[in-house]
Amino acid sequence: MRWQFPLLIVFLGGLFMAVQYFVPLEASERVYEYALDWIIIVGVFAMCLGLWSLFRVSLAKIQTKAPAWGYNFITLAGLFAMIILGLTSGIEEGKPFMDSFWYIYTPIQSAMFALLAFYVASAAYRAFRARTLIATILLVTATIIMLRLIPLGPLSGVNQTVASWILTVPNMAAKRAIAMGIGLGGIATALKVVLGIERTYMGKD
Amino acid sequence: MKNKFVFRNKVLLIFFLTLPFLLLGLNISSAQETGDVKALVDSSAPAPASPTDVAAKDAPNDNGHAIVVMWKPSADDGAGKKNVLSYEILRSDNPDTGFVVRGMVPAGTSQYLDRGARDKEDKNYFPGHTNFYYKIRAKSDVSFSESEVSAPAYAFGQWFHVGKTSIFLATVIFTVFVVLFINQAKKGKKLYVRPIAGIDAVDEGIGRATEMGRPILYILGLGSAGDLGTIASLTILNRVAKKTAEHQTPLLVPVADPIVLTVAQEAVKAGYYDAGRPDAYKEDSVFYITSMQFAYVSAVNGLMLRERTATNIYMGVFYAESLLLAETGNVAGSIQISGTDQVAQIPFFVAATDYTLIGEELYAASAYLGKEPLLLGMIKAQDWGKILIMISLVLGTLAATLHFDFFVNLFRIKL
Amino acid sequence: MGFYERLMTLDRRVVYLAMALAVAIPLFIPFGVPIYVTREVKSVYDFVESLEEGDRLLLAIDYDPNAMAELHPMALTISRQCFAKGVKLFFVTLSQNAPGMCEQLVSKLSKEFNKKNGVDYVYFGYKPYPGLVILSMGQNFRISFPMDYYGTYVDSMPIMQGIRNYDDMKAVIAFEAGWVADSWIRDANGRYKIPVALGVTGVMAADYFPYVQSKQIFGLMGGLKGASEYETLAKQEERIASRGMKVQTITHIVVILFIIVGNIGFFMSKKKKI
Repeated sequence: MRWQFPLLIVFLGGLFMAVQYFVPLEASERVYEYALDWIIIVGVFAMCLGLWSLFRVSLAKIQTKAPAWGYNFITLAGLFAMIILGLTSGIEEGKPFMDSFWYIYTPIQSAMFALLAFYVASAAYRAFRARTLIATILLVTATIIMLRLIPLGPLSGVNQTVASWILTVPNMAAKRAIAMGIGLGGIATALKVVLGIERTYMGKD
Repeated sequence: MKNKFVFRNKVLLIFFLTLPFLLLGLNISSAQETGDVKALVDSSAPAPASPTDVAAKDAPNDNGHAIVVMWKPSADDGAGKKNVLSYEILRSDNPDTGFVVRGMVPAGTSQYLDRGARDKEDKNYFPGHTNFYYKIRAKSDVSFSESEVSAPAYAFGQWFHVGKTSIFLATVIFTVFVVLFINQAKKGKKLYVRPIAGIDAVDEGIGRATEMGRPILYILGLGSAGDLGTIASLTILNRVAKKTAEHQTPLLVPVADPIVLTVAQEAVKAGYYDAGRPDAYKEDSVFYITSMQFAYVSAVNGLMLRERTATNIYMGVFYAESLLLAETGNVAGSIQISGTDQVAQIPFFVAATDYTLIGEELYAASAYLGKEPLLLGMIKAQDWGKILIMISLVLGTLAATLHFDFFVNLFRIKL
Repeated sequence: MGFYERLMTLDRRVVYLAMALAVAIPLFIPFGVPIYVTREVKSVYDFVESLEEGDRLLLAIDYDPNAMAELHPMALTISRQCFAKGVKLFFVTLSQNAPGMCEQLVSKLSKEFNKKNGVDYVYFGYKPYPGLVILSMGQNFRISFPMDYYGTYVDSMPIMQGIRNYDDMKAVIAFEAGWVADSWIRDANGRYKIPVALGVTGVMAADYFPYVQSKQIFGLMGGLKGASEYETLAKQEERIASRGMKVQTITHIVVILFIIVGNIGFFMSKKKKI
């Protein structure tokens, strides 16, 4: 019963959500929204588990002075600082909590995002080599798309036309094909979980 | 025995194919009578001709709180005096009095969807199963005229969304394929699936990590436990955990979602149990970092560089952080295997990692790693689903070219 | 190691340094780059240009500070164009990190054009669950937004008199950095038939071209290039994206040069081995 009960919940829940999509009745809508509300509630409680995991792992590394334990100290310091700021002064605009978000977190986040510019260059330099026919096609296509942004004088018009064609024809065809495959794979994965074929989430004794 | 099996499957197939048509028959709409023309002029200025043939009926495929109103436009709408500017739609629960304006549409329109909220407390509550009467007011800049009142109509919910019939049929057909191939797999039939380099590389990566004595880093991505990419990744994690347990290779799984944390811990634990090494499982090997995208990436990058992980496996839902992770893995000298269903991130993984599982290959990976017949059966079902789609595409292109609209309309979806 | 082998295996720090210089130097040198306007961006511009005084437009500011560099210029330019024409704007945000940013945009432009909150524009604010909010706005804006961002009841505002849902809008222009773009297409356009145009990040642009072709969206502005194209058409004084385009152009040239150098090294060392 210990294993059958969760499987039954998953089966009934999955079946209901699948059927609900096709049934527009008000009752069906209400149950769906109720289920969504419960997902949020479970998520909030799960956040407590996540925070406990972060706290425990970081504290253990600090206590044992594991390599680079300083980063774990900063992690915990930042976590408690934001909690204390939020609880004591509120989370409205202009308060220390939001100021920390806008003037500390956001610039750091933007800096991390900006690293992509450098990583794109190093990845392109390393990956775009004409080793095989397929690699050469990848290289040429990527170059044509990048050349859209470079003024090429009389060749700009030709390049824009070719780049537009690449984006609206083969790119679109490939994306649609991948999306169809993902759609079928998604149904198969969902069926595996709903029918109890895939049970890794249940763990073992 | 074989004949009984084939006969049963044929009966199932016929049942599933005729079920939608049975459901369509249950969807009865209430067609209403139409009204006659009667012009009402409220001033001495010339009024436009009244709209005619006002009909109201329940809006199809909804939750029962909307009515569709249709009418024939005024004779002065685009012709005659050409003075119609707009139409107002008026409604009452009494055919004689109490009409209120429900909406306004510009000239040239001949249909309006009168809908409202389903909650009684809402100011815009639209009661279902209540008779309503409608009339249309054609307005010029100085005067107006009204149509006859329509026959009563009431809103009610439908049991089946007819506009989604093609989706329903496609799902049923695919499910039938799944059942058929799972049955074949159970009977021991050998099912061929093409090799995928990225999946074969997982074993290679685990072997490399074992030889080098360095850990394996497994990233589940930024998706939630409800995302299919994350679910597929968790099943792969289970298999990877089993192999790492067998080889006694350290495994690190930093996680970005608290619900995924609990499921991932169970998946890894189950892997260790399956390998017969439950004592080797360390709960702290699967840990939560943060749900914020770039904060998570910073933490994982730091982990990669400090631990000098031998193999990085990225499987799941990724966004802009994909290239940040992959390039840092290159700096650390790790072998990298990736897989995602996020189409926009696939090019980054292709360029920056050693092996990439594209789209549905991620979903198929768990079957490849476990080689279980049931899961291989599902892959075959997907392949046949794709064959059916390809045939439909070819036939659909031909049908559209030859203006054979019946076939094209079979695939239309009206949400 | 020979010269060509070195070309093939340049230290990544050389690449990073070259990129850093390619980003920094153009910022100090004044020059312009010609911008080629695409059909997808022109569709959006032509639509906004065809609006008349008193027409209503819903603008969805759904991006984080990360995507601000690409999407904020588009949002600014279109909002300015609308305010200059007397179009009434309805702002909404469905991204949890965007409310403050949207409020800055709205305050700045309202001062610039002397527009009154509640009369010439309204800023609904932020609500979670973007999919549900988009669906609810198709019924009535008041379901998700009984009050605006500043806490004023929307029913007390002159601009909201007689306004109920998408039927009262000419179109939605959504500035997206994530999956909410799909919700606008599927729910707002698919279900409620309101015309939708998208401004998305450069990485996402390639994914949304199919929707232009299938006419589910009437225009698409992709990344900094899309923003600069729109600025070129709008001919306004402030052109943030166009200033960024020269940096993007130079960095693209640098990346292409590195690719060429790497391939030269690859081919010449292969030739040497033969």
